[in-house]
Amino acid sequence: MAEIIAGLTTSHIPAIGNAIAKGLQEEPYWKPFFDGYVPAREWLAEVKPDVAIVVYNDHGLNFFLDAIPTFAIGAAEQYENSDEGWGLATVPPVPGDPDFSWHIIESLVNEEFDITICQEMLVDHGLIVPLSLMWTPEPSWPVKVIPVAVNTVQYPQPTAARCYKLGQALGRAINSYEEDTKVAIFGTGGMSHQLQGERAGFINKKFDLAFMEKFVENPEELAKISLTELMREAGSEGVELIMWMVMRGAMTQKVKMRHSHYHVPVSNTGAGLLVLENAA
Amino acid sequence: MISKHKDYDDIPGTYVFDGRRSRMGYQLNKMCMSLNSADNRKELAADEDAYCDKYKLTPEQKEAVLRRDWLRMLQLGGNIYYIFKLASLTGDTMQHAGAQQTGMTVEEFRAMLLAAGDENNG
Repeated sequence: MAEIIAGLTTSHIPAIGNAIAKGLQEEPYWKPFFDGYVPAREWLAEVKPDVAIVVYNDHGLNFFLDAIPTFAIGAAEQYENSDEGWGLATVPPVPGDPDFSWHIIESLVNEEFDITICQEMLVDHGLIVPLSLMWTPEPSWPVKVIPVAVNTVQYPQPTAARCYKLGQALGRAINSYEEDTKVAIFGTGGMSHQLQGERAGFINKKFDLAFMEKFVENPEELAKISLTELMREAGSEGVELIMWMVMRGAMTQKVKMRHSHYHVPVSNTGAGLLVLENAA
Repeated sequence: MISKHKDYDDIPGTYVFDGRRSRMGYQLNKMCMSLNSADNRKELAADEDAYCDKYKLTPEQKEAVLRRDWLRMLQLGGNIYYIFKLASLTGDTMQHAGAQQTGMTVEEFRAMLLAAGDENNG
């Protein structure tokens, strides 16, 4: 049977990808950030998940405003990274697990989640940066990936409560898959940041730290936060935190926290890392 | 009934990318989306005016693009993720864009971000 062995949260901002591509991990600006990831990398290298389910958002590579799916899941043999127009280096393609993808899609649709099914899908920094933080493609990636794309670009985004419920259904889908598969699930994006408007550069460390604590201890309470409150407290782009709720919903209500790290700023962003395990 | 008044309209200095802005900025964002292609970036660089016309930008949107006026682009329906593809042509970072939008120098803007991590802040 499939089993969730790790739940992780991480920021996915492009500047991190640039820093990895240029080997800046030891630079004074970056070192405090990357040092926080060492325990996560070491632990993943030890437990060796087979599949990473990555909840992320597309920023204008695979989807455009002509058709924005609220929730889209990849069901491809592999996923290409490509030119995003942002000057980012591209990485080798990531292998998929279409059998597992289709099982998840069928299970979620049976539970009344209306999923967009993607048999071809380009994946952008939202998915690549989290992978690159945890693994190095030498030359190929050591995990298969199932991309779960959430609309965070076009208002109205799905609510935190909806994302949490999707995560709960995703957890049931994973746990009902018959193949022996070790799963790491990622909630990516955030934390507080605002890239646009006169309030650009807004970061709310106090909110981020409270969010991380509640996220571990009391996610049901956190799921009540509205999009407006998220934008107000975490910045317009901080709304990406809804994707963390998908990951948390897939985990057991009580979790064990293996590792936690918060660093600010990374580029324009407060960056939070959590490594969780299901408890009992 | 969805109210025309939005409860996020009073968040200061923030252009929530809702249906109103998405409709207004569709062609602008579409033009920027095309910049995922290196050939299109070259075509834009060769004649920005003509490239904007090709995508039927309004005169105001075109002016904002030519001046790389990020705030104005947002006000005219630009979405930051799409319009920021324009920045790769000049090598500007998100801190350049942030500085311009907040009326700071890049150094001041970076210092503000660094200060957000201070122990006593927040």
